[in-house]
Amino acid sequence: MAGTRGYVNRRLHSLLGVIPIGIFLIQHLTVNFFATRGPEAFNTAAHFMESLPYRYVLETFIIFLPLLFHAIYGVYIAFTAKSNLSNFGYFRNWMFIFQRITGIITLIFIAWHVWETRIAIGFGWAELNYQLMEGILTEPFFFWFYIVGVISTTFHFSNGLWSFFVSWGITVSPRSQKIMTYASIIIFLAISYVGVRTLIQFAYGI
Amino acid sequence: MSENKTITLIITRQDHPDEPSYEEKFEIPYRENMNVISALMEIRRNPVNADGKPTTPVYWDMGCLEEVCGACSMVINGTPRQSCTALVDQLEQPIRLAPMTTFPVNRDLAVDRSRMFDSLKKVKAWIPIDGTYDLGPGPKMPESKRQWAYELSKCMTCGVCLEACPNVNSKSDFIGPAPLSQVRLFNSHPTGEMNKSERLQTIMDEEGLMGCGNAQNCVQSCPKGIPLTTSIAALNRDTAIESFKSFFGSDQRV
Repeated sequence: MAGTRGYVNRRLHSLLGVIPIGIFLIQHLTVNFFATRGPEAFNTAAHFMESLPYRYVLETFIIFLPLLFHAIYGVYIAFTAKSNLSNFGYFRNWMFIFQRITGIITLIFIAWHVWETRIAIGFGWAELNYQLMEGILTEPFFFWFYIVGVISTTFHFSNGLWSFFVSWGITVSPRSQKIMTYASIIIFLAISYVGVRTLIQFAYGI
Repeated sequence: MSENKTITLIITRQDHPDEPSYEEKFEIPYRENMNVISALMEIRRNPVNADGKPTTPVYWDMGCLEEVCGACSMVINGTPRQSCTALVDQLEQPIRLAPMTTFPVNRDLAVDRSRMFDSLKKVKAWIPIDGTYDLGPGPKMPESKRQWAYELSKCMTCGVCLEACPNVNSKSDFIGPAPLSQVRLFNSHPTGEMNKSERLQTIMDEEGLMGCGNAQNCVQSCPKGIPLTTSIAALNRDTAIESFKSFFGSDQRV
């Protein structure tokens, strides 16, 4: 039945956004944050991640397949919405639109980011180390591209986490949804700091 | 006297479901305590537009005139609401009237809300008690539950929440918040609860519950103050449990 498939797809889309993609995002930003302790600390952390056992299995099932599904289905969801902010300028309606806009920006950013790092490394065009990111981020255009990309990603995750709690029926009452809004704002600020701080380290060495 | 005081209305009109819409401006004499419907009645009494040209009277739908039937919903100055409770003194002029865009237009301001009634049929928004013999009284309902269920029962299928929802549009088949909240209403009833699983199954698809994008315009717009987003979140929980039950199996099949 098509109906059941639609239901499962939506549930899967919501689940995968947090588990495993959201968890991977936090892990990824955390490992990168080692850069603030200097190039050696970053290289050690990155090489630890690179040398995990059955790495290709982990990458495929924790990162690439969930991300691909979430992205493709997400584009479909984003383009079936019709913005009506002019007549309904409520906070949640703004979040609704931002969630869709940041989803598209994040998709473009991640596609470029994966191409420039993981795929380039896979083909042997680049080597995974501090200098790779330093080389990219010292260019002003790419620094700002990454700033926009990272903040868009952290927003999409934090606000998506709020929706996740509603979509799975965890926060039902208006009060619990409101408290979750505050929690998602704190999460957004915290992980945005982690991401942006790392970018500044790579770009300016401070 | 307020003889010279007038009200300006700009009305989006449409002569036929298949014809394009156009705007027409009207100037009507002001009277105290007018609502949008009495203004429309004034146009009907003297169908002459602001240019002084005779025109066809503006057509609209109405029923109860006390905001319980939902028939007179239209977009008034950008906000979908009932025209019976839209008081002219509280509206910015010119007053812009347009039909709700979510529904097919029959004529002028009258729209066809059939899709909402079809949705109510689809989700089985009733309690089946018919049979061949008297089943006797049903189980009792706790007072605390009756109180919140009563709030859900205030829905008049007016269509405002569908109009406000960014996910109800020509690109999606989402049935909208109103019929979903009715599923929660009938599932909360002690007799209706006997068909709970069946109702949940009918909304477990993209057209149903999964069409919600959590923009929450519906709860802000509902003229009856129905906690639509609470209903949707509660159904999210119920359907999550329902899908576990139906996939892993518990009390539905032997």
